[in-house]
Amino acid sequence: MNPKRSPFVVCVLLLALLPGCFRNRKNKTETVRVRGSDTMLILAQAWAEAYASAHPTINVEVSGGGSGQGIAALVNGAIDIANSSRNIHPEESASALHNSGKPPQEFVVGHDALAVFVHPGNPIDSITVSELSEIFRAGGGTTTWSQLGIRIPTGRDKIIRVNRQSSSGTYEFFREHVLQTQDFQLGSLDMNGSKEVVELIASTPGAIGYSGMGFATSQVKMLQISMAKGKPAIAPSVANVISRSYPISRSLLIYTLGEPNAAVRNYLDWIRSPDGQEIVAATGYVPLGCEGKIAKSLCNGAGTN
Amino acid sequence: MSRFLVTPQVAAKIRQERIAHSVLALILVSILIPLLAIVAYLFWRAAPALSLDFLLSSPTLGMREGGVWPAFVGTLYLVTISLAVAAPLGILAAVYLTEYARENWFNKAINLAVLNLAGVPSIVHALFGLGAFVYGARIGFSVLSASLTLAIMTMPVIIASTRQALLSVPHSYREASWNLGASRWQTIRRIVLPNSISGILTGIILQVSRAAGETAPIMFTGAVFYKAIKPGTLFPYALDEQCMALSMHLYTLSTQTPGVDESIPNATAVLLLLLVFSVNSVAIAIRMLLRSRVR
Amino acid sequence: MQRRWHKLSEALIESVIRVCGFSAVIFVLGIFFFVCREAAPLWSEPSFHWTEFLFSIEWQPTSLHQKRYGVLAMIAGTLGITLLSMLIAVPLGVGAAIYISEFCSPRLREILKVLVELLAAIPSVVWGFAGLTIISRLIVRYTNADVGVNLLNGAILLALMSIPVIVSLSEDAFKAVPDSYREAALAMGATRWQTVWAVLLPAARNGLIGAVLLGFGRSIGETMAVLMATGHAINIPHSILDPVRTLTANIAAELGEAPAQSTHYQVLFLIGVLLFLITFSINLAAGYFIRKERHQ
Repeated sequence: MNPKRSPFVVCVLLLALLPGCFRNRKNKTETVRVRGSDTMLILAQAWAEAYASAHPTINVEVSGGGSGQGIAALVNGAIDIANSSRNIHPEESASALHNSGKPPQEFVVGHDALAVFVHPGNPIDSITVSELSEIFRAGGGTTTWSQLGIRIPTGRDKIIRVNRQSSSGTYEFFREHVLQTQDFQLGSLDMNGSKEVVELIASTPGAIGYSGMGFATSQVKMLQISMAKGKPAIAPSVANVISRSYPISRSLLIYTLGEPNAAVRNYLDWIRSPDGQEIVAATGYVPLGCEGKIAKSLCNGAGTN
Repeated sequence: MSRFLVTPQVAAKIRQERIAHSVLALILVSILIPLLAIVAYLFWRAAPALSLDFLLSSPTLGMREGGVWPAFVGTLYLVTISLAVAAPLGILAAVYLTEYARENWFNKAINLAVLNLAGVPSIVHALFGLGAFVYGARIGFSVLSASLTLAIMTMPVIIASTRQALLSVPHSYREASWNLGASRWQTIRRIVLPNSISGILTGIILQVSRAAGETAPIMFTGAVFYKAIKPGTLFPYALDEQCMALSMHLYTLSTQTPGVDESIPNATAVLLLLLVFSVNSVAIAIRMLLRSRVR
Repeated sequence: MQRRWHKLSEALIESVIRVCGFSAVIFVLGIFFFVCREAAPLWSEPSFHWTEFLFSIEWQPTSLHQKRYGVLAMIAGTLGITLLSMLIAVPLGVGAAIYISEFCSPRLREILKVLVELLAAIPSVVWGFAGLTIISRLIVRYTNADVGVNLLNGAILLALMSIPVIVSLSEDAFKAVPDSYREAALAMGATRWQTVWAVLLPAARNGLIGAVLLGFGRSIGETMAVLMATGHAINIPHSILDPVRTLTANIAAELGEAPAQSTHYQVLFLIGVLLFLITFSINLAAGYFIRKERHQ
C-alpha cells in the first residue's frame, strides 16, 4: 500500500459517510424514545410500525428491558415514554421530580390479564391465589406437584418455577398481588422475556410460570384462577378482563415526564384513539373502549359471558 | 523399516506413536465436528428465510416477518463510527508507546495495563458506556454512545496488535534510516509504518468483526428493539438517534418476540456469521498477500 | 530555513502523537477508575455489609421488605461453569494444538489454522442462540435434566468458545520451542509423540499455562452466551444439570433497571469491579507465563 495515497483514501471514505451524520437536520424528523415493559413490547412495536406509515416525519424508537428499565430511564431523563405494566413507585416519582423538576404523568392505554402457564401434559386445570403464593413465595412450602395432589405423566415431581427478572413489571405485579409483597423464593429460572417463559414451559413438563395472556401459544396451557378454595375458577380471557371477573388483571400504562411535548402528545392521543386501540385488540390485549371492529366484537363477547 | 531389526522396544514405540497420532487426530475431529455441525444446523434452519429480500427489507407484522435491513445498516454504522474513532487513536497511541516513549517503569506499566485491558469482560464495557457516555457525558442513548463504547472496547486490542506489528520491524531498519539523517517521524512514516502495515491492518479488521458481533455494550447504550425506517435507505440514522443492530436483533428475536418462525432468528444468526466470516477472511487474505509480497 | 521548518513540524507531529497516545491510554485506563468510582459510595454506605455481599446467597435487590445483596450463588455459578468448561476445553484444545503443530502436513496446518481463527470469531450472541435452541434440546433428550438451560449448557458453550483461543495460543507456544530441541530428540531415536511428551510439553509449559489462563479469562468474562443459556437461577448448583446464574449475566439482566446512583446500581458496579479484578489478574498471570517462555 502506497503510504502517500492512504490518507487520501481515508478522507474519501469519511466524506462518503458525512451525509449520514446530517440527515436529521435536513428532513426535520422528530424522535420519540420509548422504553420499558416487555409485556407491552410487541404492542409498542406494532404501534410504532402503524404510526410510521401514517406519520413519516416522526421516528419512534422502541426498546424493551422491563418496566423497571423504562421507568429508570425516564427518571434519568433519557427517554420520552416509559411503557409499564405496573404502577410507578412513590420513590421513583420523587426521583423523577428531583432530577427533572417535572412529576411523571400516567396514561392508561389498555388492560391485560396475568396468565399462569403450565405444560399441556400437566393434569392441573385451576389453582387458587394462595396455592400460587405457596409455590413462588420465599418460605412457601410447596415444592413438589404431589403436594398439590397432581401427578405429572413423566414422573418428575419437582415444581420448576419459571419467573421473570426483577426489572419486569409483570414480576412486580405478581409479587404485589399474588405474593402480597413478600419476596420470591430464590432458585427460580428468571427469564428475560415473556416469550422465553412460555417457550421454557412448553418444553418442561414440571414447569409453572406466569406472563401476560397475550403471550399464550398452543404449546402451553393457561390455568384458571380462583381467589380462594371453593370460589369459582376464572379463565384468563379478554372477556373476563372486561367484565372484571378475572382475579389478576392489570392496566397497561405509559409514563411521561410532566406534560409531553407536541410529538409525544400526538403519539399518545393516537394510541388512545380507536386506531391505536384496534392494534391493542388485535395483539391479544384488552382495549380501553369498544370502538373499532375487533374491539367491538371483544366487548360484545364479554357482554354475553 | 523392515531393513532394521524390530526389537520389542521399537515395536512398542511405533505402536505408541500410531495410537498417539490417532488419538490426537480424533481430538481434532471431535472439536471440529460439533462446531461445524452447529454452524451447518443454523444454516439449514435458516434456509427458508435466506434471500436478498431478507437482507433488504424491514421487519413487519410485529417482527414476525420481513427482513433485517435496519439492523444490518445499524451494525455497519456502529462498526464504522467506532473504528473511525478507535483506529487512528489506537495506532497513534501504539506509535507513541513503541517509538517515542522511554523505557522506564511508568511506560512499562502502561503497556501492561493496556494489554490486560483487552481481556476485560464486555459487560464491564457496557457499565462504562452507560455510566460515562449515556448518563455522565449526557449524550443519552444514541448511536454515538454505542459507537464510543465499542471504540473503547476495541482500542486496547488495536493498540496491542499495532505495537506487535511495529515491534516486528527490525530495529536495523530504523537505525539505517537515522544514520541517513532522517528524523524520527520521517522514519516512522516512510520505513516503519509501511513495513508493519499488514499487521496493523489485520489487527484493525479483526476488531471490525468483534465490534459487529458484540451485544452487551450496545444493548445499554444505543441499540433498540425496533425503529421504523423507509426500506432501502442507506443513511437512516443520525448520530443522536438510536439504531437497530444485527446482534441485538438476534438477541431480542430469540428471547422477546413471540410467534416468530424459527427460520428468521436462524437467518439473522447466519447473516451475522457471514458478515463476521467475510470480514475475517479479508483480514487473513491481506495478511497472506502482504506476507508473500514481503518475501 | 528548511531545517527550522522541518524541526518545527517534527515537534508538532510528535506532540500530536504524544497527546493522542496519552488520551487513548487514559481512556482505556479510565474504565477501571470509572467503574471503581461508581461503586465507591458503598464503602461508607451503612446498609451495605461486605460479609453479606461475598458470603450470602440471598440476592433480593428489589425487595419491598429487606434489600439483600449476596452474590455467593453467582460466584458459585461463574466458577462452576468456568471450571467445567476448562475441564473440557484444555485437553481438547492442547491436544488439537499438538496435532496441528507437530503431526500434520504444512498444507493441512494452514487450512486448520484459518479454520480455528474463523471459529474464534463467532460472536457470543450466536453461541447463546445455539445454546438456547440446539444444545438445550440435546441436553433434555439425552440426560436426566429437568430443563435444558443449565450449568452443562453454559459449560459446553464456553468450552466451544475458548477452545479456538487455547488452540491458537498453544500452537504459538509450541512454535516458539526451537527446532534444535526436536532435532536433538530425533537424533536420539525418539518418535514424534515421544518428542512431544518428553521434550516439547515441558519446554512449552509456560506458554501453555498462559494459553490456558487466557482461555479461562475469556470464559469468566463471557456475558451473552451465559445470559441466554444457563437458566439464570440463583442457587448453588448441586449437579451440572442445575440452572445457575453468573456474575456477568446478573449485571446484564439488571443494569438497565437500577436507578442511577442507587445502592442497587452501585452494587452492580461493584460486581463489575470484582469481574475486572479477576480477569485483570488472570491476564496478568497469563502474560507473566508467556513472557517467561519467550525469554527462555
